[in-house]
Amino acid sequence: MSFAANKYDACIAGIYEHPLRVAPNHTVAQLHAEVARGALQDAGLTLDDVDGYFCAGDAPGMGPVSMADYLGLKKLTYLDSTDTGGSSYLTHVNHAARAIAAGQCKVALITLAGRPKSEGSSGTQVRSQWASAPDFAFEKPYSPAPLNTYAMCAMRHMYEFGTTSEQLAWIKVAASHHAQHNPNAALKDVLTVEDVLNSPMIADPLHRADCCVVTDSGGALVVVHPDIAKTLKKPVVTMMGAGETTKGQMGGKVDLTYSGLAWAAPLAFKEAKLTPEQIRYASIYDSFTITVLIQLEDLGFCKKGEGGKFVEGGQLISGKGKLAFNTDGGGLCNNHPANRGGMTKVIEAVRQLRGEAHPAVQVPNLEFALASGIGGALGTRHGASVLIMGRLQ
Amino acid sequence: MSQANQKQPEHRLPSPVANPENKAFLEAAQKDELLIKYCNSCKESHYYPRTICPHCGSDDTTWVKSPGLGEIYSYTVMRRGVEVPFAMAYVKLQEGISMLTHLTNCDFDSIQVGQKVRVVFQETQDGQKTHLFEPI
Repeated sequence: MSFAANKYDACIAGIYEHPLRVAPNHTVAQLHAEVARGALQDAGLTLDDVDGYFCAGDAPGMGPVSMADYLGLKKLTYLDSTDTGGSSYLTHVNHAARAIAAGQCKVALITLAGRPKSEGSSGTQVRSQWASAPDFAFEKPYSPAPLNTYAMCAMRHMYEFGTTSEQLAWIKVAASHHAQHNPNAALKDVLTVEDVLNSPMIADPLHRADCCVVTDSGGALVVVHPDIAKTLKKPVVTMMGAGETTKGQMGGKVDLTYSGLAWAAPLAFKEAKLTPEQIRYASIYDSFTITVLIQLEDLGFCKKGEGGKFVEGGQLISGKGKLAFNTDGGGLCNNHPANRGGMTKVIEAVRQLRGEAHPAVQVPNLEFALASGIGGALGTRHGASVLIMGRLQ
Repeated sequence: MSQANQKQPEHRLPSPVANPENKAFLEAAQKDELLIKYCNSCKESHYYPRTICPHCGSDDTTWVKSPGLGEIYSYTVMRRGVEVPFAMAYVKLQEGISMLTHLTNCDFDSIQVGQKVRVVFQETQDGQKTHLFEPI
């Protein structure tokens, strides 16, 4: 089953990003409920319309079972709790769209929320792993955290392709240019390359400013059948193509220079019948600057190894460069709720397609947008997911 | 505190937990031996070790002793957080497979990708040994 351009087999009808970045007095379930209500209100729908529900490992309790009861969802015919870390929510959109196209549900709700900031996760601490994971014994003694495994990707990319810290810094600089226009952004200061390079080294070669923010918060999406989308007041954003996969250490044949998007992105472009040259706005998962650079290559915006040159000089700044990215400030400056940035990637892509991004960063007359996600840790194992969406003209 | 811990007091290595699939690997480390898995069917080594070869799906896999010689594929020095600094790396063994590990007995500021290294064994927090690598 595939989505055809502008045929609108499934549409993203509702989006909502929680405005809080620190939420010490909320429960995680409460945040899920607030973003669910927000996205449904945005779509012009209610909880009673929802028959599909999607959540991932950030949802408290027994995943969709606990959360559906908490939210008061009574008409569910389709559930999905696929967890590929921060890329989960892009994967959920893909799964929801196909479930809708297959007649399994008509109104799918996807929620994300969490409180790592209030619960004391600095982002540099070693994240606990699952003792039952088969690779656990071979990694636990070495304290892999997301940060240091991404840092090894950056180090290898620099070694093979001559990528520089200055080039990585341009990615943060572009994000900061966008974040200045977002009143909710966790970091609103416009940075220079020197600011990034002068921030403390956290894990060579990544500086503090190469890292995303740690935020409480959340977001939600509503994916609907086209018959329902037609009745709503918002501009119709339609699914055109998607791809998803995982990549790990491949039995020891480790190559840290590319992500699973090298396999998933061609599937999405083929399905959408588009090429990277036709994409003028992309939400690129930005846990760290190196995450963006490797994805730009794997998504086909430039050749492998040329990501550094691609981003230099502000080429990712909306209105200035050749590809506008993460115009909300992204995970690097705006919001990385629950340490899982995939949700906000989709939300800003939909804002752009609707023409609802901040005027200072809105890409004019945008027809197509891409959102990509890397979940888990790029240097050990990760989920990779990409969506290509279009605005129905 | 053991001799091994005195070499790198800045980072106490957490301990792995044994299970039927990794028991031989962990026991070998206690004898300063590095075991890797080799597949008799596709003639390839793999890491991390498991009973069914991730390259070809055969269960005809066997433990072989590795001399533990290789080069640094990539590395990072963790400088913030708990018990820092420490140098994490992927070391690519002569057998063609890469292992997640730590680098030790070296100046963290002069590590190079491509540097030749060999395996050494160091005690973890509760006295088990695990593999690390040092420059040759």
